[in-house]
Amino acid sequence: MASAAERASRAEDVRRYWALCAPALFLLLVGASGPLLIVVVYSFLEPGDYSGVSWRFTFDAWINVFFQKDIFDETWGVADAHLTIFWRSVRLSLLTTAITFAFGFPMAWFIATRPQKERALWLFLVTIPFWTNLLIRTFAIMEVIRNQGLLNTALMGLGLIETPIQILYTDAAVLIGMAYVYLPLMVLPLYAAIDRFDFRLAEAAYDLYASRWRVMRRVVLPIVRPGVVAGCILVFVPSLGAYVTPRVLGGGKNMMIGNFIELQFGQGRNWPLGAALSMLLLMIVMIALLAYVRVSTRKDAHGHGA
Amino acid sequence: MATVRDFSASRMPGFAAVAIVAFLLLYAPIFTLVVYSFNDSQSVAVWGGFSLKWYAEAWENTAVQDAAIRSLVIASFASAIATTVATMAALGTTRNEAFRGRTFVYVMINQPLMAPEIVTAVALLILFAAVKTATGYTGLGYLILAHSAFCVPFAYLPIRARLEGMDLSLEMAAADLYASRWRAFRRVTLPLMAPGIAAGAMLAFVISLDDVIITEFVKSAGQDTLPTYMLGQLRRVVTPEVNAISTALLGLTVILLTAFFLLTRKRD
Repeated sequence: MASAAERASRAEDVRRYWALCAPALFLLLVGASGPLLIVVVYSFLEPGDYSGVSWRFTFDAWINVFFQKDIFDETWGVADAHLTIFWRSVRLSLLTTAITFAFGFPMAWFIATRPQKERALWLFLVTIPFWTNLLIRTFAIMEVIRNQGLLNTALMGLGLIETPIQILYTDAAVLIGMAYVYLPLMVLPLYAAIDRFDFRLAEAAYDLYASRWRVMRRVVLPIVRPGVVAGCILVFVPSLGAYVTPRVLGGGKNMMIGNFIELQFGQGRNWPLGAALSMLLLMIVMIALLAYVRVSTRKDAHGHGA
Repeated sequence: MATVRDFSASRMPGFAAVAIVAFLLLYAPIFTLVVYSFNDSQSVAVWGGFSLKWYAEAWENTAVQDAAIRSLVIASFASAIATTVATMAALGTTRNEAFRGRTFVYVMINQPLMAPEIVTAVALLILFAAVKTATGYTGLGYLILAHSAFCVPFAYLPIRARLEGMDLSLEMAAADLYASRWRAFRRVTLPLMAPGIAAGAMLAFVISLDDVIITEFVKSAGQDTLPTYMLGQLRRVVTPEVNAISTALLGLTVILLTAFFLLTRKRD
């Protein structure tokens, strides 16, 4: 049993910990978490006449996310335009995840199998683009893929094509751009997982005459799975909420959810719909993150015995 | 025997080639951007010789000057505030037994990393629009507040990592020698934490300097930072002037990051 004095000093310690955390918590409450609650409230209000909201409770915004009233015969139908944007966002995000994995896995493998001394340098090379302004990297890709850009100029110079290929302002441009800007987010967790992989296990499998592909699929991938899941979530989540890359490379037409949300706060003048869309996006992201937490903790639970 | 089967377990055919190509693809666009910021010609397709004229043009542009100063002011305040509160929070959450609510503190601190930036931006837009109408204040305070908040996790992580790796014996020795708690903290703990704090501040500074989305939504009229100015300049193509600004920002980022890595490098 702890004595009364010990318990009192423990309680005092805990009070001190809270006091130390209080300024950070206050700042985050005002500048990050708190405002999210206001968005929830706004998603249940009616749009104001010019912008903002008028304070009348309604489910309209949430209904409008998926359904719309026909302007001629007032019947309700599925909001095709919204579904197109959702589907484009999800599809492009999944493709981005797949492409970054296809490049990221060999990269992470390559770094993890370099001599110890070289690894820091290769990692640093991945980290620099990671910390470079997203906008700058998007501009850089734009310079490469636009009609008078590096790629088209080179292809025409080689005589492979007669006229420039229109890549900019298409879904392909958004895809290339997102794969480019989010690649480091895939490489870093994959590297962390492969770096811990015990290559003697692969050696043992080879000795038992497993093929390379089989070793990869049956030995390596199951063990580095938490890193794969982490990389995929880390790429998928920001891709789904991407705003800058689709705005710059997709032009006005090829919107993703992020741009569509912005539209509601600008020309669309429908703040409640924008608020509802934001909450929907946040919920999808939270589900993805929870799935990640579950997968990673479950792996840890019986990973030690392996 | 191993030499007879001529491979090692870690070698996967084609992986090195794909990795090298990926590294080249990662750097080629940035490299192009940097090179063409020194191009005398308007067109990216034509190399007109080395020139610093786009830098001169950007430097003399008052809109760029204002945006650059604003970016630096916001980043300085935001990183100072974020680092201060993050240092305190790190002291409150590391090197002690778990207390009830510590997970809550972790979730709160990391929340800006989890929510999509566009959602946070919209939330702040709504909040600040209401506050602006109510108070009439439209200064830089909103941007500094918003930046401070999303910089907290970036400042917190390196500081916490530093604290967790720290040796407790020096502080205990100080306590044994009857140093007061505050004195032990100021003379022993704080100097030991300093590299972590500096690293956190630098990361926070870079993150604030780079922010586009939240700034774009929170800023009042005429409050462009460098990134939002560049986004606004974008009509059909990237102008060489924007290339020059990008390259300058890139240089600053690389310098700060190199400093960050030197500060957090394990000395062994």
